[in-house]
Order: sequence, then C-alpha cells, then structure tokens
Amino acid sequence: MRNVFLFIRRYFNFLFFLVLQIISLSFLFRYNKFHEAIFMNSAMEITGSLNQRYNTISYYFQLKKTNEALIKENERLNQLLKANFEGPDSTKKLTIDTFKIDSVQRTIKYVYLQAKVVDNSVSSQANFLTLHRGSAQQVRVNTGVISSEGIVGKVVNVSDNYASVMSLLNRQFHLVVKIKNGGDRGVVEWDGLSPFYITLKDIPKSARVKIGDSVVTSQTSELYPPDIMVGTVFEIIDDKSSNFYTLKLKTATNFFNVEYVYVTPNLQYAEQKKLEDSTRKKIQ
Amino acid sequence: MSDFLKNSIRFVLFILVQVFVLFKIPPLHRFVTPYLYFLFILWLPFNMPRLRLTFIGFLFGLCLDYFTHSPGLHAAACTLIAYLRPFVINLLISQEGADKNYGSPSITSMGWAPYGTYVLVLTLFHHVYLVFLEWMNFGSLWFFLGKIIATTGISLLLVLLTELLFYRKEKFRTNTV
Repeated sequence: MRNVFLFIRRYFNFLFFLVLQIISLSFLFRYNKFHEAIFMNSAMEITGSLNQRYNTISYYFQLKKTNEALIKENERLNQLLKANFEGPDSTKKLTIDTFKIDSVQRTIKYVYLQAKVVDNSVSSQANFLTLHRGSAQQVRVNTGVISSEGIVGKVVNVSDNYASVMSLLNRQFHLVVKIKNGGDRGVVEWDGLSPFYITLKDIPKSARVKIGDSVVTSQTSELYPPDIMVGTVFEIIDDKSSNFYTLKLKTATNFFNVEYVYVTPNLQYAEQKKLEDSTRKKIQ
Repeated sequence: MSDFLKNSIRFVLFILVQVFVLFKIPPLHRFVTPYLYFLFILWLPFNMPRLRLTFIGFLFGLCLDYFTHSPGLHAAACTLIAYLRPFVINLLISQEGADKNYGSPSITSMGWAPYGTYVLVLTLFHHVYLVFLEWMNFGSLWFFLGKIIATTGISLLLVLLTELLFYRKEKFRTNTV
C-alpha cells in the first residue's frame, strides 16, 4: 500500500496529465453526451454574444451579397404568385395548392423562423454556425436550417438566445435527399475537401443523371420542407465495381456569405414519430 | 506589471486573436489552418510548477474549444505541450541556468538557436497531436502529413512575426535574489 502512495506521489504530474488527457478525449469522442457536463449551454451564451459583436462589424462587408440573395429569393417567390398565371381559355382554372392555416385544425407542417447568423466557419473539418435565436425564441434541437439559396444544416444545441447549427460542411452530417428529375434517393455527406462541393452516394445506376441536375430535399426527411435545393450535380463518378453512382455536387448555399437563415421546425413530426415508434414496438 | 496580470491579459488576447482574426481568414487550402494561440503556453514563466502549467494548458485549450464547438480537441493538444514543456526546456537550456536568471522563455533568455528549437519542437508536438485527433476518423496518410507540414510552416511564420513585432524585454535577474 505504501508503495502505491509513493508511486502516486512520485508520478503525480504524469498521472494528472493523463487524467486531463482522458477528460479532453472523452469530451471529444462523446461530444453529444457531454454538453451538459461541460457547461456548453452557458458557454454558448458568452461565445455567442462575443460572436454577435464581431458580426455587427463584419456584416457591413456582406451587405451587397446579402441584398442580392434576398432579391433573388423575392424574384423566385414573386414568380409563384397566382396573378402571374393566366390562360387564354377561361374555362380552365388554375389553382395553387397551399396549406391553409385554420384556427380549428392546423394543417401547416413547416414554419419558417428567420435567424441571423453570427458565426460561421468553413475551414475546419467540423464546421458549425451560431444563430442569434435560441430556445426562448422557439428554436429546438434537431430542426432543419435553410438559407434563401438552399439547405444549411441542422440545429444541434440551443441556449436561451443562441443556437448552434451543424453545417452541411461537417463530416458528421448525413441527409437523405433526392434528384429532382426522377426522384432517386441517396445520402448526401461532406468529404472534408472543399467547402464548395459535397458528395451524394447510393444513387442507383438506373437513374438518368445529367451534369447540372438539381438535387433537392426529399419528403422522407423530417427536418426540411420538400424540394429545397441541396446542390447541383457537378461530376458523375462511375464506380465499375458497384451498382451505384457517386455524385459530386456543388452546394446551393454559398457558405462564405450566408447572413440570414430560416429555421424550419416540423410541427407534425411529434405525431409522426409517435406512430413510428409504436410501430417499431409492435413488430418487436 | 505582475506575472499573473500579464498572463491573464495574454490568455484573453491570444484566444480573441485566434478566434476573431486567424480563424476568420478565408481558407487558402484545406491543409492550411493558421494557429498561433499555443504561443501563450510557450511564453509562460519558467518558475511555474508543472502541475499548474498542465492545468493552465488544459483550461486554455478548453476555452478555445468553446468557440470552435469541438470540446476537448484543442484542450488535449494544449495539455500535451504544457506537460512536455519543462522536459524540452531542461534539454535546451544552457549550463549557466538561464531559467533562474530570466523570467520566461524568449530569444534573449535562451538564445536564438535553443529558442527556435524549443518553438519548433512544441509546435510540431501540438500540430501532430491535433491533426492526429482531427483525422483519426478519416484516415488518409497524405492528408495527415500534408496538413502537419503546412500548418507547422504557417504557425512558425506567425510565431516569428509575433516575436519580431512584440519584442519582449527580459530583465536579467541574478541568482542571488
């Protein structure tokens, strides 16, 4: 016993070093579980407010590009207006289906909540954004985030006034998406090489894919409204040994100057998840 | 100015410079990430007990981790170099006992060559460990080597610039004090 104490006393520095290493490595590899333990939420309030101060300055340099993005979005939305459509034949009537907001029964599925991006990184292997909108303003964990150009990421952590978003440019981000032309589904992920390109895997070779095709969110993903742009096909990699294409996509969102985003909570997901869980229980 | 106050100010400044200046630089290449913040650990005084040094390293890394949303990554690398620092200094210090005569490691207290080696060795340790952790899951040897070399090069350049811009005056203290 005495020898044990002597050993500990002698190598105390080294043991202390080992303990700190183990603590930091467990933070790193069990990232999600340790949010509470290391005060990530309260730290986010502090880092968030610092980032916001920085952003008030850097925002001015992006104003032009932000404006252009907004004008483009407005143009696209205006194009969808009913008044733009008129046929020569008055017996044909054009109707546009939209979800109605009814006070008795809610049929709305996705809500758009605007949020300011106060911090954004593109250069690391695990990129995150910080939004100035948190749990006090209806942002919840595991909701999608889109910009006016396309999808951005998903919320992974919220504090009172800030939300941390895992960017599409993060190696842990996976999402089921579809090719707009034909509807073949595959999984999109980032290979960590360039912030301009992402990879789409598992597209069957029966799909007719052309360079320049749009890839959009699929209705099977509960995070995003369907048909939101993810990217456009930039290169088709034909692997002879498998039955699947790997596609290189150009991201729809320009991650270098994203200033405003929408958080899109799915209001009907709770019910859907309840059903899916109970089904799983019944089958087991 | 007392050592404690001076180092507290450095602590904050190095974190802010790393987060709001160096991390905001648009990426040149995927290998190049400019790191300078670890210079704080290299500049800590000689006479700091090893236990405290290791702990400060851990705390410093963790502070940066809160900004980069990667808890533990920089903390692990900083703890490593803070722990290894006394060994490297002992190897490189000249016979006269410069660690008693001067406050903290610098060009004046150690001389050009030993100080350069000291910075190089600890920078390498820091980056090898950091990149190793970062690329553990993704495993490609060329990325690993390329990123270490490119990042170390950039870091050494930044350290050199900082040393030249912010020349630290080291007072000579006699052994008898």
